[in-house]
Amino acid sequence: MREIRAGRAPASLGAGFPPDAPFALVEKQKGAMRLAAVNRAALELGLAPGLNLADARARLPDLGVADHDRRADALLLEWIADGCDRYTPMVALDPPDGLILDISGCAHLFGGEAGLRADLVERLQRLGLQVASALGDTPDAAHALARHAGDRLEALPVEALQLDQEESVALRRAGLKRIGDLQERPSQILSARFGEEAADRLARVAGGRDIRITPRRAEPALLLERRFAEPIGRTEAALAAIADLAAEAVHRMEESQRGGRRFEAQLFRTDGLVRSLRVETGLPVRDVPLIMRLFDERLEALADPVDPGFGFDLVRLSVPGFEPLAPLQLPLEGGALAEGELAQLLDRLSTRLGRGRVRRLAAQDSHIPEQASLLFPAIETPPAQDWPGPEPGEPPLRPTHLFDPPQPIEVIAGVPDGPPQRFRWRRHLHEVTLAEGPERIAPLWWRRADNGGLARDYYRVEDRHGRRFWLFRHGLYGRETTGPLWYIHGLFA
Amino acid sequence: MDESRIILAALKSRIGAIEGPKPSPAARFALGSPVLDSPLGGGLPRGRLHELFAAEPDDRAALAGAALMLAMRIGEDAGPRSLLWLRQDGGVRTSGLLYGPGLLELGLDPARLVEIVAPDEAGLLRAAGDAVRCPDVAALLIEPWKSARGFDLTASRRLAIAAEKSGVTVLLLRTEAEPVPSAAYSRWRVRSLASAPLEAGAPGHPVLEMELLRHRGGLAGLRACLEWNRDEHVFQEAPLSGAGLSLPAGRSADAGDPGGEGAREPRGRLSA
Repeated sequence: MREIRAGRAPASLGAGFPPDAPFALVEKQKGAMRLAAVNRAALELGLAPGLNLADARARLPDLGVADHDRRADALLLEWIADGCDRYTPMVALDPPDGLILDISGCAHLFGGEAGLRADLVERLQRLGLQVASALGDTPDAAHALARHAGDRLEALPVEALQLDQEESVALRRAGLKRIGDLQERPSQILSARFGEEAADRLARVAGGRDIRITPRRAEPALLLERRFAEPIGRTEAALAAIADLAAEAVHRMEESQRGGRRFEAQLFRTDGLVRSLRVETGLPVRDVPLIMRLFDERLEALADPVDPGFGFDLVRLSVPGFEPLAPLQLPLEGGALAEGELAQLLDRLSTRLGRGRVRRLAAQDSHIPEQASLLFPAIETPPAQDWPGPEPGEPPLRPTHLFDPPQPIEVIAGVPDGPPQRFRWRRHLHEVTLAEGPERIAPLWWRRADNGGLARDYYRVEDRHGRRFWLFRHGLYGRETTGPLWYIHGLFA
Repeated sequence: MDESRIILAALKSRIGAIEGPKPSPAARFALGSPVLDSPLGGGLPRGRLHELFAAEPDDRAALAGAALMLAMRIGEDAGPRSLLWLRQDGGVRTSGLLYGPGLLELGLDPARLVEIVAPDEAGLLRAAGDAVRCPDVAALLIEPWKSARGFDLTASRRLAIAAEKSGVTVLLLRTEAEPVPSAAYSRWRVRSLASAPLEAGAPGHPVLEMELLRHRGGLAGLRACLEWNRDEHVFQEAPLSGAGLSLPAGRSADAGDPGGEGAREPRGRLSA
């Protein structure tokens, strides 16, 4: 179990500042600009986070200053966490600037715990990060050691227990300054005087009580990887390695008569950058050419192409979950299996265009027109809801195309609550010859806090040229509003 | 005499080889209305490319409706195979999202339809090229936005050849576009017409005018006013209503049908 603390990354910001010059990130706190973080040079010159920027400038006129960007920090941390996936699948974030890695059972691959730690620290330092790291038996122990730069738990100050400010002060007032001081005393006394929380924290930090970390992602059902002694510099070669892994994954899935619907390939660059390629299928598959074709599609569709940089030294293929898939038998009289071809086409198009662009329609139980029909990605399992059948002999009462949101139109009606006589839409004037309505659709007033919402009066109209439209008046004239607005909501064939 | 007959036969067979196999009657889908079906020899062939042009930009809904109706005719006896509708972002913005209840009211089970929206014309062409090769698709509707210069003779020839191989019927929907030379089997112009009003002046069943502009078999100028019968999934001749037919925009009354308003003669006619 270990914890690393990443310092600020000079690479990601302040490129214009020399590395040894004092530098600080500032943030507005309680109406004043205060230092949020400082670099080592500034720290040595006596600046500390929380100091007023004006005071800091008075002490160090040549202090380099940039705005604190918490979002960029979080992204950087995520990015480093991605890179740490190469050591263990159990990586947890410790915001704003820490990571906890559970390396149980993984360390031997890197020459023991010390070897793994040295490898990790070296990689991060190469990125220009300042790293504080520690190994511990439990996540909390590693956390305390890394945050307080110690190597023995007993010697750490009581603040390492991460108790409330008051509790820490109370402990110090009682003369208990180090964790070692607390360990000498029975825990009953401790919990009686300082609360259950203090005893619990002590057990977790120094008593060996192990609370499992929650990793950033769930462990995949199947994870295969290949390491290279020498980094490979071509994406095609990395993909070929992934094809090998896919063949192995398919072999394993065949044994258990299962298939996967999602596949993720991760390409780890030597400099710590990770590119993830995810593909998804509508039906469970275990077919290497099919999977690789989807990866090719995904590669082509990437907005920024995969850059091998100094080469990839690790590729990984993971299948997040399995689904049952019986073995297939080709028909004896020859011919291919046709039923899967449409599914394959939709998978390919979803991978290329994005899953939201290949979609099917599903019925929803709602009387609000725009909520009665749902467009959902075709790659997903359809929601089970039957469409209500139309009345025989009736003309279509609902349009084939719907505008979402409805588009405003200018309407001239004979009477304020009557059907429209002519309307202007997209700069064209339409003379209404036939109209049917109103079909009144009430709002979902019971869902709204103010029990409000305006009713809509829908009209099916046809203009002089035979075009059919679906219009509505928003609000009941005289009861809900005095100047109702009109909208066009759909087009009929 | 015999010699010329032999030469003629040889020429015919050579031309036939260039043209490819003629669609057999079984490979045709009938529109349901004898006005169009009998001159067309039993309907339009499956596995070919057919182009539909909107007469005017505002006829895009009628165009989409006509394509859906044709697609339903295509899928009629081919089992519940899927329809793919390829659209473009611009087209979705202009004519709106597909609406399930409305498709159902036209007679199409919305579960059969897959809508694919490409971000641009190149993506649309590529997706079309993939989709047309999938034999599970009953009909492929391609709706490029506006002029779409990528859909030229080469592209249409590619689509047509792939369609013949896979048996997918391709319907190309064009709005705000001028017809360009293409390898399509037939080309139609679609216009919405006034419906026969129901009681209390309500708009009736959808009525369309379909005009054949170009046809591989040499037919042209075929024009019919058709009403869609949702319950039987067939086109019917539009009943003439007392309310009067609409005048297509941009035409004078003289250029209308010579049959006049009261005449109950078939509206479809062959004016070739």
